[in-house]
Amino acid sequence: MAATQIIFAGFGGQGILFSGKFLANGALLEDRQVSWLPSYGPEMRGGTANCSVIISDMPIGSPIVADPDVIVVMNNPSFDKYEELLVPGGKAFVDSSLITRQAVRTDIDAYYVPATKLASDNGLDGLANMVLIGNLIRKTGVISWDNAETLVKKIVPAKRQDLIELNLKALDIGYNWEN
Amino acid sequence: MSEKVLMKGNEAIAEAALMAGCRHYFGYPITPQTELTAYMAKRLPKMDGVFLQAESELAAINMVIGVSSCGKRVMTSSSSPGISLKSEGLSYLAGCCLPAFVVNVQRGGPGLGGIQPSQSDYWQATRGAHGDYRTIVLAPDSVQEMVSLTIKGFELADKYRMTAMLLADGTLGQMMEPVSLDAGEIKTFDKPWATTGTKMARPHNIINSLSLIPEELEQWNLERFARYDEAEANEVMYEEYRMEDADVCVVSFGITARVSKNAVDEARANGIKAGMIRPITLWPFPKKPLLAAADKVKAFISVEMSMGQMIEDVELATRCKKPVLLCSRTGGVIPSVKEVLEKINEAEKIGGDRA
Amino acid sequence: MTTVFDRPHALIDTTLHYCPGCTHGIIHRLIAECLDELGVEGRAIGISSVGCSVLTYNYFNCDMIQAAHGRAPAVATGAKRADPNNIVFTYQGDGDLAAIGTAETVHSAARGENITVIFVNNAIYGMTGGQMAPTSLPGQITQTSPYGRDVKTVGYPVKVCEMLSKVDGASYLERVTVCDVKNVNNAKRAIKKAFQYQIDGKGFSLIEILSTCPTNWGLTPEKAIDWLKDNMIPYYPLGVYKDKYAEEGE
Repeated sequence: MAATQIIFAGFGGQGILFSGKFLANGALLEDRQVSWLPSYGPEMRGGTANCSVIISDMPIGSPIVADPDVIVVMNNPSFDKYEELLVPGGKAFVDSSLITRQAVRTDIDAYYVPATKLASDNGLDGLANMVLIGNLIRKTGVISWDNAETLVKKIVPAKRQDLIELNLKALDIGYNWEN
Repeated sequence: MSEKVLMKGNEAIAEAALMAGCRHYFGYPITPQTELTAYMAKRLPKMDGVFLQAESELAAINMVIGVSSCGKRVMTSSSSPGISLKSEGLSYLAGCCLPAFVVNVQRGGPGLGGIQPSQSDYWQATRGAHGDYRTIVLAPDSVQEMVSLTIKGFELADKYRMTAMLLADGTLGQMMEPVSLDAGEIKTFDKPWATTGTKMARPHNIINSLSLIPEELEQWNLERFARYDEAEANEVMYEEYRMEDADVCVVSFGITARVSKNAVDEARANGIKAGMIRPITLWPFPKKPLLAAADKVKAFISVEMSMGQMIEDVELATRCKKPVLLCSRTGGVIPSVKEVLEKINEAEKIGGDRA
Repeated sequence: MTTVFDRPHALIDTTLHYCPGCTHGIIHRLIAECLDELGVEGRAIGISSVGCSVLTYNYFNCDMIQAAHGRAPAVATGAKRADPNNIVFTYQGDGDLAAIGTAETVHSAARGENITVIFVNNAIYGMTGGQMAPTSLPGQITQTSPYGRDVKTVGYPVKVCEMLSKVDGASYLERVTVCDVKNVNNAKRAIKKAFQYQIDGKGFSLIEILSTCPTNWGLTPEKAIDWLKDNMIPYYPLGVYKDKYAEEGE
């Protein structure tokens, strides 16, 4: 597979940057080339946040993603901004419990996952991002599902081991969501 | 090779500095380099090192002077406006012939400017503050190179008794890439000039930049520049990319070199023979490969995130033998691959036949 | 024959560049005697500042670093932190310490840096030829206050010891003078105590020494001493402004 360019976007506090790191670490685990580039600014919480991840089998040139193959969006402004940047045939993963509209473009594949509601219903508050990632892995195959558990164990901080199971559950819900 | 880890550029610089034997860090928070300061705050106290958040950038660089005078590896880091404040100290470091490692994770300017990435401190880095002096300027284009050039920077600073500056930008500082933290052998240097206390066993050492005798000060400058000549002869670093048969030579460093590399590949895919020379040391500047390229290519393009600063060095190095076009964005905007590609197309049409 | 008076080892045998009647020479000697008597010359690092005392690196036998204007306490911070065994002192004038270097002074005190600051206050910029200093007295005529320091437009002198006495990190602050034998002896006691505090790891000390500048005050050395006694001491009272460890006894 050639390069996959992914943008994650939403509000600060939704785990946007973490989602990108999760995928980036997944790619590293498979010994592939990867870059992760966050937006940074004065807003620490609640403002807009996004990050760009490139996963490739070739050395990565610019880490800046202008034409994403995949977007993961968790609020309306982010969907508005990044839907039009998607390459034709690109994939959009939309948290449909927060985003009220459907995709305008017909040349892309949009996957609607009520991630925030699913997380909340399953006692996984704050893990909507992982629900979306689960679905993304299923639909894109950008990283291997087989590594999911290893990856969660690697990336969850040592002090928060209780989160491993919750993260795995969130991933699983997303992976098995039929859309 | 050690296992690769994902690290932010800013943190990778800090870790590399520790690998290079630096145990003294003085800094002041400023976006977009603060992760470096925070990393040092976390690590140094646990390894018997010194981390100190100074009251100002001025104080921080002078604390660097104090430690360097005493013969130990030391660093400070900042972003553009903070480097302006440190400039006084950079001149004194040069005047006192002291080694130091300084990091500038650039942001848009002038003034308070912005916080998005920029390369508009090129002149400041390569020209500097008051007086006759030079600074070794290292321009990484990846997180891995931030590691290797940090270690190299400490070694060059000690070897030539001068400041080595790592010139990065907000993008490189913030981005994560897999890095291997293999240091290899770290070179160290004797420092008999250092103020380590006479122990009543030798004449006193003096660290000083002042001379009231013009002929003496001139002599000091001549001696300093003899060292700079040596650095210029031995330490030039650059990367040539697809230059073998190139008609158009893109010149770019740091993050814009990565954008340019993509543009060169796309141009090649479109049948245009583009190549790139990427200066890794901005001083000493890779004059020779550029001059050699000037006999082969139709035109150069300086791709930079400034109003056009490095372009002057490209023109000087190539002795204006071929046109040098500018492709630039400023204020924190990064040129796109498309913008560089358009400039390559424009350059390719210049001059007709190859020289 | 017995030698009863000699040059301290820590003072280099050379001609000082100071004007006739200037008290820098006395202060240099006091510091050198203290370094000798405390046996710390071999691990002492002095920081020269900018001003008349810029050339002190040629006068002290210990290792010396020449700092930029006002930055001596920051350089001293680095030198001390490089090796806590170093005995680090700065030698600064009033323009250096109380104008351009105020931030470095206050913050090195606030951090409780274990260094010794020798602050020579002669109420004028000497080296540049007699301009108004942050410590010039109200009404004092200088090159840049030719009609006398007008506090309404340029404000009041900075009282360094008083100011730093409110800084929790400072350990020992004393103002002394070297206008006569009694005071010279007292100044030496204070300087030695400040170095002893550093040796004992007790933190930041600053000794302010009221000094003369006959040349730029436009007075004979003798009259300069009188001017210091009549004008400076009333405005800048002598004494201990802070001593964190006073109760431990001296």
